[in-house]
Amino acid sequence: MALQRVNAVVVGAGAGGGIVAKELAEAGLSVVLLERGKWLTAFDDRKDDLRNQRNSTLGTGSGPDEEKNPRVFVDQAAKEHIVSANEGAYQNNAACVGGGTFSYGAMAWRYMEKDFRMRSTYGAMPGSTLEDWPISYDDLEPFYEKAEWEIGVSGNVTPDPFHAPRRKRLPMPPLDPNREYFVLKPAAERLGLHPFDIPMLRNSVPYNGRGPCMRCRWCVGFACEVDAKNGTQNTVIPIALSSKRCEMRTGCIAKEILTASSGRVTGVAYFDADHRLQEQPADVVVVSAGAIETARLLLNSKSRMHPNGLGNRYDWVGRNLQGHTYVGATGVFDEAVYDDIGPGASIAICDFNHGNPGLAGGGLLANEFIRLPYQFANMTPPGVPRWGKGHKDFMRRAYRRHIAIRGPVQEMPVFESRVQADPKVRDHWDIPVARLSGLSHPHNVEVGQFLAEKAAAWLREAGATLVWKSMPARYLSAGQHQAGTCRMGLDPKTSVVDKHCRVHDHDNLYAIDASVHVTNGGFNPALTIMAVAYYASDGIKRAWKGKAQ
Amino acid sequence: MKSTPVRRRKFLKTAVAAAAASAASCGGRSSPWRFFTVEEAATVAALADRIVPPDQDPGAVAADAVNYIDRQLEGPLKKYQRAYREALPALAHFADLTPAQQDAQLSAMEARREPFFELVRDHVMQSFYGDPRHGGNREYASWRMLDVPPAPIRGRQLYDLSGEGMTSRTRRPTWRSKG
Repeated sequence: MALQRVNAVVVGAGAGGGIVAKELAEAGLSVVLLERGKWLTAFDDRKDDLRNQRNSTLGTGSGPDEEKNPRVFVDQAAKEHIVSANEGAYQNNAACVGGGTFSYGAMAWRYMEKDFRMRSTYGAMPGSTLEDWPISYDDLEPFYEKAEWEIGVSGNVTPDPFHAPRRKRLPMPPLDPNREYFVLKPAAERLGLHPFDIPMLRNSVPYNGRGPCMRCRWCVGFACEVDAKNGTQNTVIPIALSSKRCEMRTGCIAKEILTASSGRVTGVAYFDADHRLQEQPADVVVVSAGAIETARLLLNSKSRMHPNGLGNRYDWVGRNLQGHTYVGATGVFDEAVYDDIGPGASIAICDFNHGNPGLAGGGLLANEFIRLPYQFANMTPPGVPRWGKGHKDFMRRAYRRHIAIRGPVQEMPVFESRVQADPKVRDHWDIPVARLSGLSHPHNVEVGQFLAEKAAAWLREAGATLVWKSMPARYLSAGQHQAGTCRMGLDPKTSVVDKHCRVHDHDNLYAIDASVHVTNGGFNPALTIMAVAYYASDGIKRAWKGKAQ
Repeated sequence: MKSTPVRRRKFLKTAVAAAAASAASCGGRSSPWRFFTVEEAATVAALADRIVPPDQDPGAVAADAVNYIDRQLEGPLKKYQRAYREALPALAHFADLTPAQQDAQLSAMEARREPFFELVRDHVMQSFYGDPRHGGNREYASWRMLDVPPAPIRGRQLYDLSGEGMTSRTRRPTWRSKG
């Protein structure tokens, strides 16, 4: 049964979709925002070391439901595994209002200018579909600023000489330093590096009507108990709803994007929370379901005109799936450096994002979010037993005396790392599930080895007496930083959306999330997803000629 | 958590009764555990106490490792039921070995990269270092050992926790104030 027509339907209330819904509703369009998850509170997603988005040993903290939403992972021996959301191979992000921004660590990075021009900067990379973005940092700069002020970022990037030009300061000062900061900062300076406070989508002072961070250790992977972490669920989505022009429907599973016989996109078919199939007609359809689910929805939207799915005439939907290969080092000091002051991550350097000899790209390095005891139990250095008295002794000796430095390698996109609609396996709603396959590019390992050595050197300079590296490996990388599957580009033969995030061949269908990222920066991608969402919303508003309903 | 001591008493009572019954007949004995048989639980306990052995701080069994694994095998970890059921009979003698022999056997299993070793090692680590809510880490045994406080209560942001002079010695984790 068709519902009342609206101007826009947005699929996914995460970092991208929440912003699009608010921008379009504020511009006067009627909007339906579909979200497969629920509107969770910190009570639903508790401080639980074994059940959260970072460590889903006993289940996810903010979805999706493990039973109803399988995926297929194809390993390097071409063996298929049916995986659930709490397994690593699933590459889970989240399923809730706010999406990943409900539980993320909330680092608020702007990509650098070169991150949008990786091909021009480093040339072609064998085995990679490395390309420039069709838009530049300058195109996004005003929208980065808008994200920083509307969603709310604390920090101070002034001491970072590598940051791209910006017009405005961040709206909040950084959080007070933790002890690791004081250990690492002088060491970085002695090495000639340029340390500074990590920008965070987190309140350091009251902002947007909510209080500051309470400094607990359950941050990345968890809901914020005092709502000091800024996601779309506590910023733009409430604004969208208060405009009265946006209706959010939770527990709704998008089945396919509907097209008329002419090929024109007409709306979205979805199962509502009561498992009823609904059709929501709309003038504009925006898919913001994350790089894996956005690709899956486009691929599952087959019709006579589009037998391989929407936007997939040249077989690019779902390609170039990428995330970040994380590397770094851990060091044990003679003195206690642990102070139980969250979020833990506090200091970063961007000295190694670019300009590394013989390497294409790089990544930031920062001290890691607090390692909870069970996480640290699996972080033992070579030579320390993984169990028994020796392991317990190590836990006692090292837990309060260790610092971990980590960083995301900017990945080289690989055409064969991909999302497909699985031909056999279907989810609870009888919709073909995402099928993930491929392997990250070997150059990521070379960059990762370089970064791990830099992290180790930083720790040694800071006085760590035992230092070990966590070395990169090649694996299919996506997870919470998943990106790339609906590449933005000018040529419809080698991309999925145009520079306005509009799917080629469709003037009323958009993909607005990290799936449009051509490359994913050597940074956590959340702020860039938000900036692109503001930028693309601006484009929709400019292109809007229809009548508000 | 609150019912744990009761359950433990019940376990001991039942275990004794079961031991008595086993002298007379085999099979059909009721287990106080959700998943494990009495024998399986004894083997898991012996394994757990070598993976995190008791010393000046509690070991895995005192921190309720068996309870955690038993409970999760009937919950989120139920896909590992078969692995335990198939692996434990071959380890039935494990509880009768000396600690040194037990460590030697575990080392051999680790060297052979036996999947069951990895599984039980990981589950014991979860039980010992994870959140007590799931039936392990009894009375915050490992968090006390590491000197990290339990989850703070709301309102923590009203206190200055980042001021100078604050060390782990001067800052009292909240569980200590319970006496």
